[in-house]
Amino acid sequence: MGRVDGKVAFITGAARGMGRSHAIRLAEEGADIIAIDLCEPVETIEYEFPGEADLEQTVKEVESLGRRCVGLKADVRDLAGLTEAVRQGVAELGPIDIVVANAGIAGAGPVLELDERTWQTMIDINLTGVWKTVRATAPAMVERGQGGSVILISSGAGLAALPHVAHYNSAKHGVTGLMRSLAVELAPHDIRVNSVHPATVDTPMVANEVTYRAFTNGLPNPTREQAAAAMRGLHALDIPWTEPRDISNAVLYLASEEARYTTGTTMVIDGGSLLPFKIPHPA
Amino acid sequence: MGRVDGKVAFVTGAARGMGRSHAVRLAEEGADVIAIDLCEQVETVLYGLPAEADLAQTVKEVEARDRRCVALKADVRDLAALTEAARQGVAELGPIDIVVANAGVVASPGPALDIDEKAWQTVIDIDLTGVWKTVKATVPAMVERGQGGSVVLISSGAGLVALPGVGHYVAAKHGVTGLMRSLAVELAPHDIRVNSVHPGTVDTPGVANDSMYKLLTGGIDGATREQAAASMRWMNALDVPWIEPRDISNAVLHLASEEARYTTGTTMVVDAGSILPFKIPHPT
Repeated sequence: MGRVDGKVAFITGAARGMGRSHAIRLAEEGADIIAIDLCEPVETIEYEFPGEADLEQTVKEVESLGRRCVGLKADVRDLAGLTEAVRQGVAELGPIDIVVANAGIAGAGPVLELDERTWQTMIDINLTGVWKTVRATAPAMVERGQGGSVILISSGAGLAALPHVAHYNSAKHGVTGLMRSLAVELAPHDIRVNSVHPATVDTPMVANEVTYRAFTNGLPNPTREQAAAAMRGLHALDIPWTEPRDISNAVLYLASEEARYTTGTTMVIDGGSLLPFKIPHPA
Repeated sequence: MGRVDGKVAFVTGAARGMGRSHAVRLAEEGADVIAIDLCEQVETVLYGLPAEADLAQTVKEVEARDRRCVALKADVRDLAALTEAARQGVAELGPIDIVVANAGVVASPGPALDIDEKAWQTVIDIDLTGVWKTVKATVPAMVERGQGGSVVLISSGAGLVALPGVGHYVAAKHGVTGLMRSLAVELAPHDIRVNSVHPGTVDTPGVANDSMYKLLTGGIDGATREQAAASMRWMNALDVPWIEPRDISNAVLHLASEEARYTTGTTMVVDAGSILPFKIPHPT
């Protein structure tokens, strides 16, 4: 008996990284998956984006667990595209019980030097994209009247500021606020809404030279080892980063009936990185 | 394969209510349990506290899951007794991996300025200092052993926001939240994770009694369970009057397990949305 047996989960940003991990973890515990991803590059973003082959890989991994998976290309900035993806996914798998708004991008720059397009793209994907994901999925959950669980992937940066990512901080704080509004407004329909706040997770969004540079004070060509050494200092536990599966375990908990009375909460999985005064690790 | 297979958990306030539920839930997932309770009445507490027969029932329920359970009487206000209980429990079951500091009381409620000094002191001694003593009796050996561990402090919604009429409880439970943060920072180098759990009102004997029903109905003498349910419903965003002990134990289990291996210093809220300050009224 899986912990989310027979449920249908709608996951954005599912082609790789955390999104793929959520899809697999929920499938391991019995859910079918509607896996959404843009599968295209985004302007203003320097690191590489996943392609359709990555999304197909997610589908393959879910199916190898004996669950069904529908992989669909959609942009979280395009409400009509998302709504159509929901229609297709539901037609194949049945009504949605679980929404995981996971799609997001990263970028860096001093707050006063961010250019307007960089700012706007970040807000459009990381904040408005979450609202559109919920807008495309939750009305049918309300109408169906059988409750559900909505999980918004925010960030440690949705609760505290990281320097030089003001657009990201603003978007992720916005997700925390949106979570609270949704929790209040959807509680009468027994739809629970919570946010998850990872620190740095070892995904392609973090494990790239652009992000490594941001964490190593601008070293020109930082290696993974140099990044790990620098990122270790961000956590109270002696780790350089967390794994996608650690975040998916939190998503699974919130998605399952074990958390049937948990709503409006911020669930932090960050190796203690938000604790402001840490004991230094041994050198 | 259980989620805490082969672990040993030390649970205070384990004779009934939430503590028993944590013991049973952890046992279902493979843990052995050292179950601690005072098993005596406490002055200024207006409802009946559990007795030894209740603690024996916890043992029976854990053993029914094929796990071992050592039950010991100890007062969380008495560090020497807790230390001795930890010694005995470890001698029988092996070293402790999981600590659940769950024991707590609500003493005679009242407006903050009217709370009787003895009631204040009792709540601070049990609900706050008792948590520190529980950790002090158990965690040094976890540090020395060097294999990490998980410490779960049962705080409350009242550890994050104020409830009127229980200033002693709110102060103690906020104190637990602060203690959790200190422990999380100081124990992180030893890979010991420390988190707090914040329940709303849970349907346990600590809540389901005349004095609490009176408090929660705004002062109705002899309020029935139905009257209490009707008014407590308004405290939650979800349309439920209270939550069940098992809902809290599910959170404890998550934090105790390897699934939460990188979660430390966090406040985990399980409260049906009660600390959301502006809620949509339920239909009448």
